[in-house]
Amino acid sequence: MLAMLDEVKDPEIPVLSVVELGIVRGVRQEGSEVVIDITPTYSGCPAMHEIARCVTGALAARGVTARVNTVFTPAWTTDWMSEEAREKLRRYGIAPPGKADESPLIPLMRRAAPPACPFCGSHDTTTRSDFGSTACKSLHSCNACHQPFEHFKAI
Amino acid sequence: MDEQTSRDFFEYLLRLGDDRLILGHRVSEWCGHGPILEEDIALSNIALDLLGQANLLLQLAGQVEGQGRDQDALAYFREATQFRNAILCETPNGDFGDTIVRQFLYSVYALLVLDQLQRCRHEALAGIAAKAYKEARYHVRHSGEWLIKLGDGTEESHRRVQAALDKAWSYTGELFVGDDIERRLAAQGLAVDPASVREGWLAQVKDVVAIATLTLPADGYMQRGGRTGRHTEHLGHLLAEMQIVARSFPGASW
Repeated sequence: MLAMLDEVKDPEIPVLSVVELGIVRGVRQEGSEVVIDITPTYSGCPAMHEIARCVTGALAARGVTARVNTVFTPAWTTDWMSEEAREKLRRYGIAPPGKADESPLIPLMRRAAPPACPFCGSHDTTTRSDFGSTACKSLHSCNACHQPFEHFKAI
Repeated sequence: MDEQTSRDFFEYLLRLGDDRLILGHRVSEWCGHGPILEEDIALSNIALDLLGQANLLLQLAGQVEGQGRDQDALAYFREATQFRNAILCETPNGDFGDTIVRQFLYSVYALLVLDQLQRCRHEALAGIAAKAYKEARYHVRHSGEWLIKLGDGTEESHRRVQAALDKAWSYTGELFVGDDIERRLAAQGLAVDPASVREGWLAQVKDVVAIATLTLPADGYMQRGGRTGRHTEHLGHLLAEMQIVARSFPGASW
């Protein structure tokens, strides 16, 4: 079942599957249907409906009747992303997330080191904005190779 | 959950949800109007987070109420007097400085409340809060850093953001008043008494305001009424725009 789900890619980051993203939290048989527990990356992630549709669609294509159940506990964290998934992100041109910041409360003025450029590996990069083309990414630019790039935010 | 607690809890979830729905709508008004492209995108993302949180909270509110109202019914088919958001959330966007000040003052408050709420006894609410807490950290950082840039920026940006802070201050008192509903629920581990976060909020706000070379306004008359449905005229205009499609075509889908 997980192998089938591994074919369902995130619509916004098509290089990662929903399993690699860590948003599939459980798969179980309930009577004649399979229930897939999925947790959203962000409360307002607009891709969730599409992901649910793709998951049930992919399984239906294999003759499996499935239902998606949304779960919120525990809250999704980028720490659930595998090393392999991080490497795929980097090759795709998105700097992978570092360790999720667990420091107490107000995170102001205590930035983690900026992400390394996914193109040339330089650590000399500048943060342009904490919010990128999707809620899960931030915008940066590399001072070495002058490429702009996105970073999957640690959350 | 007994009947009284259930009524209280519904009311409390409306407060949490309405704050985010109304503020999220306000922030979304920046879409296409942001001062720079990155900021346009940032504000749209923050609005999306807030609307996502509102969606979950109002959905839960509808379930607790048990009258068959879902999050859409609660968002689009209530009148202004039935909304429970803090007045700060409905204040107009003003200029970019006004928006940043409003966002900063609210985000720090939200972060402190969510921090406690993620450990509350209601599993579904705790789950929503834990998720929202992670998002709120980014909101605080975004608006806090802007507050510093604007305050410690040019003479003009300093003057305008100080004026924005002075103007917004009278709307902050309401955030921490708390009433019997919150106190009853807090005693059962189902809510955060907002009075308990006031000190922490003030300390954080003071810190950032000082770094931004701004002056903390003195506490004077504080506006209130949002939690009991007494709003400014601004909410009516906001709702007219937000609700028109749903009300013109009830039940429509796309």
